Amino acid sequence: MTIAKEDTGNMSTGQKLSHVLSDRRVQLAGFGLGIVLIAIAPFLGFYPIYLMKLLCFALFAFAFNLLLGFVGLLSFGHAAFFGMASYISAHAIKVWGFNPELGVAAGTLMACVLGAVFGSLAIRQRGIYFAMITLALAQMVYFFAVQAPFTHGEDGIQGVPRGELFGFIDLSQTMNLYYFVMAVFILGFFIIYRAIHSPFGQILKAVRENESRVTSLGYNVTALKVGAFTLSATITGLAGATKAVVFQSATLTDVHWSMSGEVVLMTLLGGMGTVLGPLFGAGIIVTLQDYLAGMGSWVTVITGSIFVICVLTFRRGVVGELARILKIQS
Amino acid sequence: MTELLGIPPQVLFGQVMLGLINGSFYALLSLGLAVIFGMLNVINFAHGALYMVGAFVAWMMLNYLGIGYWPSLILAPLVVGALGVVLERTMLARLYHLDHLYGLLLTFGLALIIEGLFRNAYGVSGTPYPIPQALSGGQNLGFMFLPNYRAWVVVAAVIVCFGTWFLIERTRIGSYLRAAVENQELVRAFGVNVPLLMTLAYGGAVALAGFAGVMAAPIYQVSPLMGQDIIIKVFAIVVIGGLGSIFGSMVTGLGVGVIEGMTKVFYPEASSVVVFVLMAIVLLVRPHGLFGRPRT
Repeated sequence: MTIAKEDTGNMSTGQKLSHVLSDRRVQLAGFGLGIVLIAIAPFLGFYPIYLMKLLCFALFAFAFNLLLGFVGLLSFGHAAFFGMASYISAHAIKVWGFNPELGVAAGTLMACVLGAVFGSLAIRQRGIYFAMITLALAQMVYFFAVQAPFTHGEDGIQGVPRGELFGFIDLSQTMNLYYFVMAVFILGFFIIYRAIHSPFGQILKAVRENESRVTSLGYNVTALKVGAFTLSATITGLAGATKAVVFQSATLTDVHWSMSGEVVLMTLLGGMGTVLGPLFGAGIIVTLQDYLAGMGSWVTVITGSIFVICVLTFRRGVVGELARILKIQS
Repeated sequence: MTELLGIPPQVLFGQVMLGLINGSFYALLSLGLAVIFGMLNVINFAHGALYMVGAFVAWMMLNYLGIGYWPSLILAPLVVGALGVVLERTMLARLYHLDHLYGLLLTFGLALIIEGLFRNAYGVSGTPYPIPQALSGGQNLGFMFLPNYRAWVVVAAVIVCFGTWFLIERTRIGSYLRAAVENQELVRAFGVNVPLLMTLAYGGAVALAGFAGVMAAPIYQVSPLMGQDIIIKVFAIVVIGGLGSIFGSMVTGLGVGVIEGMTKVFYPEASSVVVFVLMAIVLLVRPHGLFGRPRT
């Protein structure tokens, strides 16, 4: 196997770089490097709990970006999937005595069903209407979480045992838990990555660019969109369910609409429509929140300010702007 | 006194009345949202926060400056409207050439900033605002007791909504507005200052939200969180009514308020979600809303 020699003589550095980066093997090497980095991060002085939180939110943002960045649908209700999955997973593990992997699976399944229902209701509308409808549907889920007996209202579900993965890996050991979360993250990321880089993903991008043309090519756009929405909701649920295991709790915070806003911000800040943007966005926001934890309501003010600055000045997000400067096709 | 459907009439009428009051606020807010959406093509997420600012401005005027309810009813909306004009000129105006979603994201950020600032200053517990002297007390209607202030709220909201309808449907500036919604380029070509019109529309619509805030202050506690949950309900109401007509948003607002009140009587657990259930049903039956036209 030899790489076909390209004539790279008259290309700018950025183009060359872009060329190299679009090579599959380079991408795979990049992923390998990423996996190694995540695997050794706890030994580089990062706090495992902080890292796990970051991985969960990054996965959440990846799932959300699948819709916003690749289908052009802004959902303002993703907290419903994130929060409800974490409730179901916490409840299943604590009350029904499920193993962690089964608990997480139950939460993910719940998000999948919810996503299919919401998707079929909301997808008939576009743009702003779509955002408003998802927000309203998610608020319904929030009120359900406030009132349903099993969620324990304001207290949430606390003290969820971490249990033993597959019955023999003790998750109360922090490092065991860490590698479990890492495995979940990689699984989720690859599902999304495969979806984006499959014919399905190509059609989704086409829908974003020109919906009527895709329809005229004979594709069932509605079904495609509902599929994308359900997939996004499912992976979001996977992230939420895993977060419940990590923090041993499920609370109203995860299902409130400000959580939906947070994931929108992470994606916007990182760069919507870029593959790695959500990871950077989640990293910045999670770090900021940990850093400002003692500041009360100022966190909200700062979050809001970042939103405003992002929308007014760098709409491509951190990764998007970098890619533009380096002229890389992200 | 006979019972209706096994419910004492005082309870039933009391809840319908409460529903009408909530509905008045829904109507005022969704009216503003409809105007802003029509003119600027932006869904104003900060609408709830500005409603809260209206209530707080009235409260501050009373506590720091000794200005009473009636002057506040004029002054507070003016303050909120001015704030709206500043926000529109400095921020929103930069986004008109982009996807509409950016306006939603920007106003979401603004809502977070405004609510966060007030939470820092005043906590989350909320403070009471006294009912104005002239409207204290109430009427005994035989089948129920009607507090004067509540009756005033419903009447005032209907008058303001009607006034807005008149302004938009029956005056010259309203005709410019409607024409600009249809075709901005053409209206501009006739020499109408469309950017100014947009600024005024935004300012006026958020002033309505401020007005609703002042009216709400004596009924609910004045709290930094008061705008948070109402705005999402209003979004659902906007979806139910469709962003089609002013009349539609008024009727839908009041109607949803009453339905909410009835739900509190018959099935209290569902009262907080009934709006969203209604929305889901309407979406299945009439995707563009009860009064909306299918948008292309």
